[in-house]
Amino acid sequence: MSQAEPRASTPRGVGAPVRTQGPPDRQGTLKDLSRPGRRAFSLPPLDVPEAPVPPEHARAGRPPLPEVAERDLVSHYTRLSQRNYGVDTGVYPLGSCTMKYNPKIAEAVQALPGFQRLHPLQPDHTVQGALGLLWRLERALCEITGMARATLQPPAGACGELTGLLIMRAFHTKRGDPRRRIAIPDSSHGTNPASVRMAGYEAVHVPSDARGLVDVGALEKLVDQDVAGLMLTNPNTLGLFEEEIERIAEVVHDVGGLVYYDGANLNAILGRCRPGDMGFDIVHINTHKTFATPHGGGGPGAGPVGVTEELVPFLPFPRVETDEATGGYRLETDYPESIGRMHGFLGNFGVLVRAYAYVFLHGRDGLKEAAERSVLNANYLAHRMKGAFPLAYPDGRPMHEFVSTARPLKEETGIRAMDVAKRVIDLGFHPSTVYFPLVVEEAMMVEPTETETRETLDALAEAFLQAHREAHETPDLLHEAPVTTAVRRLDEARAARHLKLTW
Amino acid sequence: MRFAPHTDADVEQMLEEIGLSSVDDLFDRIPASVRLDRPLDLPEGVSEMEILADLKALAARNRGAEDLVCFAGAGAYDHYVPAVVWALAGRSEFYTSYTPYQPELSQGVLQTLFEYQSMVCALTGMEVSNASLYDGATALAEAVNLARSTPGRDRVLVSAAVDPRYVETLHTYGRGAGYEPELFDVVGGRGGRPEVDGSVACVIVQHPNAYGLLEPVRELVGLAHAGGARAIQVFDPLSLGVLAPPGELGIDIAVAEGQVLGNHLSYGGPYLGVIACRLDDVRRLPGRIVGETLDLDGRTGYVLTLQAREQHIRREKATSNICTNQSLMAIAAAVYLGWLGPQGLEELGRACAAKAAYAAERLTEVPGVDLLFPGAPFFKEVPLRLPRPGVEVRDELIERGYLAGVPLPDEGGRGLLVAVTERRTREEIDGLARALEEVLA
Repeated sequence: MSQAEPRASTPRGVGAPVRTQGPPDRQGTLKDLSRPGRRAFSLPPLDVPEAPVPPEHARAGRPPLPEVAERDLVSHYTRLSQRNYGVDTGVYPLGSCTMKYNPKIAEAVQALPGFQRLHPLQPDHTVQGALGLLWRLERALCEITGMARATLQPPAGACGELTGLLIMRAFHTKRGDPRRRIAIPDSSHGTNPASVRMAGYEAVHVPSDARGLVDVGALEKLVDQDVAGLMLTNPNTLGLFEEEIERIAEVVHDVGGLVYYDGANLNAILGRCRPGDMGFDIVHINTHKTFATPHGGGGPGAGPVGVTEELVPFLPFPRVETDEATGGYRLETDYPESIGRMHGFLGNFGVLVRAYAYVFLHGRDGLKEAAERSVLNANYLAHRMKGAFPLAYPDGRPMHEFVSTARPLKEETGIRAMDVAKRVIDLGFHPSTVYFPLVVEEAMMVEPTETETRETLDALAEAFLQAHREAHETPDLLHEAPVTTAVRRLDEARAARHLKLTW
Repeated sequence: MRFAPHTDADVEQMLEEIGLSSVDDLFDRIPASVRLDRPLDLPEGVSEMEILADLKALAARNRGAEDLVCFAGAGAYDHYVPAVVWALAGRSEFYTSYTPYQPELSQGVLQTLFEYQSMVCALTGMEVSNASLYDGATALAEAVNLARSTPGRDRVLVSAAVDPRYVETLHTYGRGAGYEPELFDVVGGRGGRPEVDGSVACVIVQHPNAYGLLEPVRELVGLAHAGGARAIQVFDPLSLGVLAPPGELGIDIAVAEGQVLGNHLSYGGPYLGVIACRLDDVRRLPGRIVGETLDLDGRTGYVLTLQAREQHIRREKATSNICTNQSLMAIAAAVYLGWLGPQGLEELGRACAAKAAYAAERLTEVPGVDLLFPGAPFFKEVPLRLPRPGVEVRDELIERGYLAGVPLPDEGGRGLLVAVTERRTREEIDGLARALEEVLA
């Protein structure tokens, strides 16, 4: 099949939120709806005597919050939601973000009162179900990644990175060999170098070779006794599998360093291979990507961290432990070598319930199939698009995502990747990631995920191809885009120059 | 149960189109030596009904605030979550969206986060808020990083009456950042006089503190500022209907656990890290910030702004590594604060204070039970001294249907911190007092 046949079921044009609601040119803020004396709240009458706080602590006057009726509150935020695009709206092919469909049952189970109404400081005997869930999820994550134990505490991937790096630090410190540097590939996520600094290390960048893979020769020259470890995503941020991963791990291990697996792309290899078997010592998992939690406009997530047996003593506390004799579970805090606490309580429990539901719904074959279909979809879409937007590394085999470039288009027409993205919005889709990874000029990073149908992939490819044609024929359509959305292109420079951060 | 929609025919045709003969070919760049040559040691997948049954069985093995009358607090509270909050925050256009990298498709999330920032500032009297951090404890760690950005000022002074879990979190983050939090003593559960010199980055106070007590914040701010350090307050958002806000107290950085703003207890998370500061510090603030701007046609719109602070632009020079945050919890907080309004916030604060005072009176009528710090003012939590270990008493009260509070290590473990939210009725407080009397008899 070379061209998508337009047909009734093709989901084109259904996605982009359009200006259908609210005033024609502006959705006011909640403050604009405020009228003195309006109220939405209701509280029962006070059934005990008043007991004012001491006057020296009292607030003078009420805070200037809006005063609105519940009806207005509901309309306001409902209308705002209609000015937003989510996975439920349509395909959301942001590369590196893994915006797959999120099963509704996972939402339903996290809201069970037996989970949602648990206080985090209840005694263990009242939370055996919750602890059991965490234990089973930890065991499953360890099996999936090939690690010995894991902490489920980090509330996001970046926090998982910091956790892993602090574990590295504790490991080297205990050996009396504190080191100063962490190696990271030049194509890495920005969180990697930022986490490196927060862990008190200095980042050294490993170049990619002509294939888009770690330049092993350069790595060999770069690592020495001062390198505490290497952080690596595999498949890497170009969507390519690091074929020399065993050699890479060996190079780092040979100088006494540890190898850290950034789990951003774990979804591509579930059931096919495991970081532990590749030589990684520490692994973080973005459960909200790999195991489908809605991203909620930016969060919450969860970033569990698994480690090899040797590193278990350094894991954060509290940890869930089990007593095999009784089958009971308990929270333990007494681990003298632990790096400490990464979160006020046990992390994003509600997100972990969703991950549990996803993992056990799919089971061993379902997880493997999810990985396989994600890779199939990415390769299919890359194939459909590459005539217009060539792969940045044409000899590589994309895994679950691929990086194309709009560089030829820019050279021919002056149209940039961002213009293409904006036009794709007008054609009814959320566009891909653009300008990441930084090592690819005019990068377009596309991750369709396994939950999209072939018809959707065809329609999405056709939208990109149409934008490419229009760049030559009617470039103004791209310069002007988007025009179907609630607002058109926004002046980001103005936002930074004339800071207006509150109403 | 699977969610990948292709039929076998789809897979075959797609493989053919891309010129491959099998799914295995897609993975041919993975060296044979690292391929997993067995199925994962996990159960077979199950149907939706089966996973529901499994999770219901797990949920049934828990006894939480749904079954027990909840007086547990210490950083997470059983406040009422009105139906409207998750009816709106749960709309899937919000719920299933990503970080708003394409602002034209994300005006809903962006404007709601802008409104959240606005309401946090209205509430606290601070000038700037970001769009959320992970939780209260990590928000404090980020506040310390901000404060330590002043060269030469490295030390971190923390009141001994700050939540011990927050202090533990600082210890962990400090291992990387290169500091150890230094506790300064309190007297009678509050106060304290830290010595602040030119090496001190910040003085941290919690108000109401980890005992529920009200702190002389202005005095501590005075000491911090006299020594040239920043003053950081951990505050309770729902205290601010009745207590003077951090902005009025002279605080430089205010952080809070935002769970109380419309988010469920959920066994500790997902919660909401609130951070607000002065405009002078906005370029040092971690995390996402939403700003108002104009589009090409001059219409008002919202974007992520000051991104040069952030990891995806600034990499190792970023103010923090945070990327995924707790946006959805901030959306819930915006709806909740809109629901509550200024009058609701005040009435709720008065209800908590009154019920806590009533609980203090009733519970200390029980023989052998006293206030841990007699005469010290509190807001919604009452620290008690029991005649027996708090853990034992708490566990025995569970058998009588009460989650009576959180044990305190003070007085040889004979402390119990009792939290009283607007949800607790006089009848429930009286019931707790009776049950406590029976347990101690």
